[in-house]
Amino acid sequence: MLVVLFAISVLTFVIFNVIPGGDPALRMAGRQPDPGQLERIREDWGFNEPVYVQYVKTMGRVFSGDLISYSTQQNVLEEIGKRIGRTFSLAIGAAIIWMAFATALGLYTAIRAGRVSDRLLTILALVGISMPVFWIGALMNYYLGFKAGIFPNGGYVPLDEDPIDWLYHLIMPWTALSLLFIGVYSRILRSNVLDTLNEDYVRTARAKGLSERRVLLGHVLRNSLIPVVTLWGLDFGAVLGGGAILTETVFDLQGVGQYAAESVDLFDVPTVLAITMFGAFFIVVLNTVVDIIYAILDPRIRLT
Amino acid sequence: MATDRASDVSLERPGAFEETAKREHVAGLGPWRLAVRRLRRDRTAVLFGAVFVLLVAMCLAAPIWANEFAHTGPNENHLTEKITVDGERKNVVSLDGIPIGPTWQGQFFLGADTNGRDTAVRLLYGGRNSLEIGVLAALITAALAVLAGLIAGYARGFTDTVISRSLDVIWAYPVALLAVALGTALTLQGLKIGPIEISGESKLIPILIIAVVYVPYMARPVRGQVLGLREKEFVEAARSQGAGPVRIMFTEILPNLSSTIVVFFPLMVANAILLEAALSFLGVGVRPPEPSWGNMIGNGVDHILTGPHLAIVPGLMLVITVLALNAFGDGVRDAFDPRAKIHLEH
Repeated sequence: MLVVLFAISVLTFVIFNVIPGGDPALRMAGRQPDPGQLERIREDWGFNEPVYVQYVKTMGRVFSGDLISYSTQQNVLEEIGKRIGRTFSLAIGAAIIWMAFATALGLYTAIRAGRVSDRLLTILALVGISMPVFWIGALMNYYLGFKAGIFPNGGYVPLDEDPIDWLYHLIMPWTALSLLFIGVYSRILRSNVLDTLNEDYVRTARAKGLSERRVLLGHVLRNSLIPVVTLWGLDFGAVLGGGAILTETVFDLQGVGQYAAESVDLFDVPTVLAITMFGAFFIVVLNTVVDIIYAILDPRIRLT
Repeated sequence: MATDRASDVSLERPGAFEETAKREHVAGLGPWRLAVRRLRRDRTAVLFGAVFVLLVAMCLAAPIWANEFAHTGPNENHLTEKITVDGERKNVVSLDGIPIGPTWQGQFFLGADTNGRDTAVRLLYGGRNSLEIGVLAALITAALAVLAGLIAGYARGFTDTVISRSLDVIWAYPVALLAVALGTALTLQGLKIGPIEISGESKLIPILIIAVVYVPYMARPVRGQVLGLREKEFVEAARSQGAGPVRIMFTEILPNLSSTIVVFFPLMVANAILLEAALSFLGVGVRPPEPSWGNMIGNGVDHILTGPHLAIVPGLMLVITVLALNAFGDGVRDAFDPRAKIHLEH
C-alpha cells in the first residue's frame, strides 16, 4: 500500500510539474500572476533545480500544512479541513440512499426477471446511468428549488446548526448523486442475485421449508451483497475523495469537491494538486479497509 | 427452439437431421455470426442502435443545417439583431438579456443563447465535438487497454507486475478528479513530451485525458482474459510450431479478445462522452467558443434563470445519446457474452 501511495504522490507531481509544456512557475501562479511572485515561486518550489529536488520540495509543502494558494491566498489544507464535513454529509447520505434503493430495485428486478416490470425498471436504471449528474442536479435545483420552492435553492446548513434544515438542504443533492449509483448497483445486484438463486444452498434452504422471504433475505441477499459491499466502499471513497465535484458545484454545497472545481476554474494548481493527491490517498487507504472487511464478511477468501 | 426441433426430427428417421440442418443452414456458423444474429433479434438493442446512428447522422449533417436552414455558424453572435417570428419582429436577445426561445423556424429553431448564437446550430456542432471526442477517446482507450492487458497477461512475472501496478495507480484516483487535474494542468499551457507539442486549446487534450483515465477499467478484464487464453491448447500448438511471443499475442490471443473489445466499446464511448461533458462543464474540456454539449449545459446552468431551455436541450441530447449507447451496449453484451463473463471492473 505504501508503494502505491508513494507512486500516487509521484504521479501527481509529474502531472502538474513535469508533463505540461511551458513555464511551471507561470502555471503554479494561476491565471494572472504577479511578476514578482514568479521568482518567489521558483524558489519555493525549486523549479530552478533538478526534478527530484522539486519533488521533495513539493511534497514538503503539501504535507507541512503550509500550502498557500497563489490565487486565493488561502491555506489549502485548512480549507480542505473546513469543507470536508460537507462532502462527508453528502457522501454518507447519498451512499446509504443509493444502497437501499439499489438493493430493493436489484432484488425486485431479479425476482421478476424477464417480465415487463423488470424490463421497464432496467431501462429506468439505464436512464439513471446516462444522465450527467450536473445536469439533472441543476434542473432539480431550478424546478424543485427555485420555481416550486419545495426544496431550498442550494446551499448547505451545518448539522450542528440545525439538523432538520441540514437534512432539508441535502435531500436534493443526495437524490441527484444517488441516481447514477442506483442505476449501476441495481444492475450488478440483479446479476448477482440471479446467479445466487441457482446455487445449491438456496435449493437446500427451500427444501428445508423456509419461507420464500427467509430464503431471499437471509440467504440470497446476504450472499449477493458481499461483492457489492466492496464496490460500495470504493465508490463511497471516490465520492468522498472529491468525486462529487459536480454535485457539490451545482448545489453550492461548498465542500471539497466544489473547492476543487473552483480551483480548476482559477487554474489554481497548488490546490488541485493537494486535493487530487489526498483524494487518491484516501481511496487507497479505504481500498485496504474494504479488502479487510470483505475478508471478514466472506470467510471463503480469508486466506488470500 | 431450433435445437429441440432438430433432435426431435433425428429420432424419427435417419437422414432427417442432415436435411433439417441443410434447410436451416445451422451447420458452420462461427461465434461472430451467431452473436450478430442474436443481436439482430434483440429488437430493443437494434432500436437504440438506430437511435444512436440517427443522432450521429444529424450531427454530421450540421453544416447542411447551418448553411441551408439557419444561415448562421455556431459561433456567430446575433446579439443586436431582430428576426421575424409569426409575423412579429422580435429581438434575438431582448434588452434585459433574455434570449429568444424556440421559434420552430429555420433560423433559431431552438432559440438563441445569451450571446445571440443559434442553439440548434450549436447543438449539432457541439454534438460533432462531443461525439468525436467520445469515440476517439474510446478508441485510444481500447487500443492502450488491449495492448497493456495483452502484454501484462501474456508475459506475466515482472512485466505484469510493473504494468498492473502502474494501472493500479491510475485506477486509484477518482475518475472525475484525475480528469480534472489533468485538464487543469494541460489546458493552460498544453502538453509537451519530447518533440511532441500539443496546444492547450486543442481537442486532442481532452481526448487524451479521457482515454488515459479509462485505460485501467478496460485493461484489467482484458488481462484477466489473456491469463486464461494463454493456457489454451491453440496457444501451446502455436508455440510448438515455433511462434514467438509477439506472434502468439497478436495472431492467437488477440482475435479471441474480440468479443471482449466489442462488448466494452459502446460502454467506453458512453462513459467518454459523459466525462467530456463533465470536463467541458467545469471549463477544462472543449474550450469556448467551440461548442460541446458539456459547455452548452454549463452555459445554460449559469444562465438558467433567463431560460431553462438553454440547459435542458443539450442535456437531453446528451442523455438520449448516452442512453442509446448504453442500451445498445447491453444488447451487444447479451449477444456476444450471454453468460456475462465479461464485465467492467470497478
